[in-house]
Amino acid sequence: MTETMILSLLTLMILGSIIALESKDLLSSVIAVGAVGFMLSVIFLILRAPDIAIVQVVIEILTLIILIRVTISRDIHIIGDTREFLPFAMNLVLLLVFFIIAADAIRTMPEFGTGASKVALPYLSRGLTDTGAANIVTSVILDYRAYDTLGEATILFAAITGAITILRRKAKND
Amino acid sequence: MSEIVKTVCGILEGFIFVFGCYIVIYGHLTPGGGFAGGVILAAVFILIMLAFGKERILKITPRRRGALIESIGALSFLSIAWAGLYIRGIFFRNFITTNPDNHFNILSGGTIPLYNIAIALKVMAGLFLVFFVLSITRVILEGDKLKMVKK
Amino acid sequence: MCLALFVVGLYGICCKKNLIKIVLGFIIMDYAVNLFIILIGYRKNGIAPILDKTMDVENFALSSVDPMPQAMVLTAIVIGLAVTALMVAICVRIYERYGTFDITKIRKLKG
Repeated sequence: MTETMILSLLTLMILGSIIALESKDLLSSVIAVGAVGFMLSVIFLILRAPDIAIVQVVIEILTLIILIRVTISRDIHIIGDTREFLPFAMNLVLLLVFFIIAADAIRTMPEFGTGASKVALPYLSRGLTDTGAANIVTSVILDYRAYDTLGEATILFAAITGAITILRRKAKND
Repeated sequence: MSEIVKTVCGILEGFIFVFGCYIVIYGHLTPGGGFAGGVILAAVFILIMLAFGKERILKITPRRRGALIESIGALSFLSIAWAGLYIRGIFFRNFITTNPDNHFNILSGGTIPLYNIAIALKVMAGLFLVFFVLSITRVILEGDKLKMVKK
Repeated sequence: MCLALFVVGLYGICCKKNLIKIVLGFIIMDYAVNLFIILIGYRKNGIAPILDKTMDVENFALSSVDPMPQAMVLTAIVIGLAVTALMVAICVRIYERYGTFDITKIRKLKG
């Protein structure tokens, strides 16, 4: 039951992303990407990850706002979408090869639905007594694995500083 | 923006701010935590900026203060981690001992709520700064060339 | 199954001429990767990894979904937003310099 729900939502997401990439109007592409993101959040809820669903919804909204703010207030010409034929065909062949090899690799993985939680059993059973946090995901990212959160804060800082530096200039053209 | 949007946003932004703070502080008991709460708090400021224009937001948080809050968030995260090292000997050690009878309380998380608040400050200031800088640069058309002007 | 989503995103990066479509391809690839990671950690008929006052700890450890991928993906989503913002900032600069979003024309105009 959950599997069919996930599969149908995934099919809708693939359709939505193909629409996003193929449509000639930029506004409808951005809206299609927004729809894909919201469907992704519903899939996260089905997969029992409420933390991730909250974060995905809010970040999806911010991504939509940033994209619309940047692309719609400029004057966009409608330009031809796909490249010329020879690079296009080579790209398609490359993607097909990648798809076949990766699908073969995925088939060797353990079946969907068996939790790969040999690593996480101590975290689950001792999470509450060790850290006092009922939300095990929070205790993982802020107590057992706080180094990764430090690295993430660093990446955020670097990316945001980079974005601000790129966009900060007086009205001079160089 | 029209009057309806301005009135509704003026009422809503207080609620969203409180909701964001709730998600940050109760991050160790219910789903959420520093990241989700920080992004929601950033959305409050972006909402103000979209509804009221840039002048109102410039009165509240100029850009220097935004960068200052982000640095304060990052540095407080690091200082809590260093305090763990200094007091207990292991980096990031949870040094506020928890009373086992006191579970499912706000104060039972040890250092985790402090981390959540630091991360929320950092994420909020960072994302708001990015949106601010992205939207105050505008392209104007002068004759043939396109010149970018920072307002 | 979500490999198909990843390939769609990759197609968006390689085969499109419009710069904004390339950024959209990146975003779709990002979604596909996060979904894949969380799909790995799922347990059939599992419960969310959040404890409750009424729950029994040992039962919980055996029936919850894996919290490790969720922890990784949580930070990955926020980082995805920061990288998207950076890419959009670069796009704005390119538009200022060249006046268009078409990457073949950008290659031809120099400076």
